[in-house]
Amino acid sequence: MAATAQQTVEKTSAGAEIAAPARGRRWRGVTPWLFLIAPLTLLIVFTYAPIANMVAYSFTDWDGVSPELHYTGADNYTEIFTREDLFRVFFVSGYYLAASAVQIAAALYFATILSFNVRFRNFFKGVLFFPYLINGVAIGFVFLYFFQDGGTLDSVLSLFGVHTDHAWLGTSTSANTSLAGVSVWRYLGLNFVLFLGAIQSIPGELYEAAELDGANRWHQFRYIIAPGIKPVLSLTVILSISGSLSVFEIPYIMTGGATGTETFVIQTVNLAFRFNKTGLASAAAVVLLLIILLVTWVQRRMVPDDKVDLV
Amino acid sequence: MTRRAVARTFVCLSLVGATVVVLLPLVVVLLTSLKTEQEMAEADGALSLPGNPLNFDNYVTAFQDGRMLSAFGNTALILVVAIGGTVLIGSMTAYAIDRFTFRFKKLVVALFLVAALVPGVTTQVATFQIVNSLGMFDTLWAPIVLYMGTDIVSIYIFLQFVRSIPISLDESARLEGANAFTIYRKIIFPLLKPAIATVVIVKGITVYNDFYIPFLYMPSEDLGVISTSLFRFRGPYAAHWETISAGAVLVILPTLIVFLFLQRFIYNGFMRGATR
Repeated sequence: MAATAQQTVEKTSAGAEIAAPARGRRWRGVTPWLFLIAPLTLLIVFTYAPIANMVAYSFTDWDGVSPELHYTGADNYTEIFTREDLFRVFFVSGYYLAASAVQIAAALYFATILSFNVRFRNFFKGVLFFPYLINGVAIGFVFLYFFQDGGTLDSVLSLFGVHTDHAWLGTSTSANTSLAGVSVWRYLGLNFVLFLGAIQSIPGELYEAAELDGANRWHQFRYIIAPGIKPVLSLTVILSISGSLSVFEIPYIMTGGATGTETFVIQTVNLAFRFNKTGLASAAAVVLLLIILLVTWVQRRMVPDDKVDLV
Repeated sequence: MTRRAVARTFVCLSLVGATVVVLLPLVVVLLTSLKTEQEMAEADGALSLPGNPLNFDNYVTAFQDGRMLSAFGNTALILVVAIGGTVLIGSMTAYAIDRFTFRFKKLVVALFLVAALVPGVTTQVATFQIVNSLGMFDTLWAPIVLYMGTDIVSIYIFLQFVRSIPISLDESARLEGANAFTIYRKIIFPLLKPAIATVVIVKGITVYNDFYIPFLYMPSEDLGVISTSLFRFRGPYAAHWETISAGAVLVILPTLIVFLFLQRFIYNGFMRGATR
């Protein structure tokens, strides 16, 4: 490290001597912008310009192609909240929200038991986490086969003597429950690893002290682990809520949004790219964005997080 | 049996149960990928073993007819360029924000902060129009630029690391006449290696798995990445689960290998990325 610094200095000192102090000062004002020009350009072009455009489109009837567009006021927003078939997607999010609750509870359970010394701990940790790393399309196919007629699930059930000819993805309730189950399978690992990390960062002496005071495992969880993971827990809750609202991959790949499994994002994508209703789709996206920002804001207010300060 | 023993049995059973739930769907797909078409037709249930466990015909079909080879090529190209760009952009931003005071710094920081809260899926309706008007629609540039330009998480990761590099290093170099670029290139960047490793792994897995962006922006079959190429298996092989399974296994296998070799980095990376 010191050696690199030394080398650098030797190489550059010759040329830099000449720079006058005044010029040097002006350069120091410009230098940070030279570093920031590319990142800022990308940030503005691909994040802020789209948001601004999206808000603008949402008040028009633009179809995304024709040069003509008309200002329609808040009509698109009214349509989203009054047309029942458009509004229905929010109920689908309910399945994923419920699944998230199951997922967080299970992740917490596994993180707690694996934070104690268990045999094959690393193996179990790896197994629980691995699904999070798998490609979404592959997961979609794996579970299409899982829920197939005579697929994995039916075969396992028949091992236990249960024979069903129930089409798992056939009715709205059953399909949504199955898909939400897949999302638990996929995302449990991330929550689990986050919780495990938080639990393991609690100093071990605390447990020993508690044990001396006669605390059992439940007391240890209630008074040591639970307070220790509160920040991560609140973060996970937020990620789950915004995740439940923006589900796309699994239902799109597995059912294409058929049999009442259409989610908010699938609907928006379809409106924008299949039915060319850019205006309406933009309004839907603005609504989703506002909900997610609101949820995040509430969380930040409830659990002040000192990690967010950038400077 | 004592209460403690009951509790221990329950813990063991739950762990074994979870393992079965996680692995069974994957193992069945692996078995299916090794079966012949005839075995599939005679089907005595999904759990039956393939007659010849070394039957790789379906993989050959998936590779050749499913265009998986060109898909892996496209994915690799996007990975290399997008990750290289992300590393450069993220480290430069972190360096500028941490080591300089300049006008509008607060505004710049706020712009990055707020952008981190905006989920990418929501804005694609309008991003699409911009990408299209830049002439990047249906080219490899669309995903590359989007992956590079909208990754705030890696900026956070770099920022944490830049902060931990003592400023005295910069100062002594500056006293000897090194300018800001030399300091970035010769001092900061080499010391960021752990952060770079983290970003490469996390970003690599995210890009490799992404479906949404390539699906929206690269409809051409020639530009298929592994996600979209695998997705296209649905049509022609709809009833051929052995081929679809082979495709899925082909896609999962590289992830498994990377995971087995880089476990520790992966856990840390994703933890850092999520709790930014």
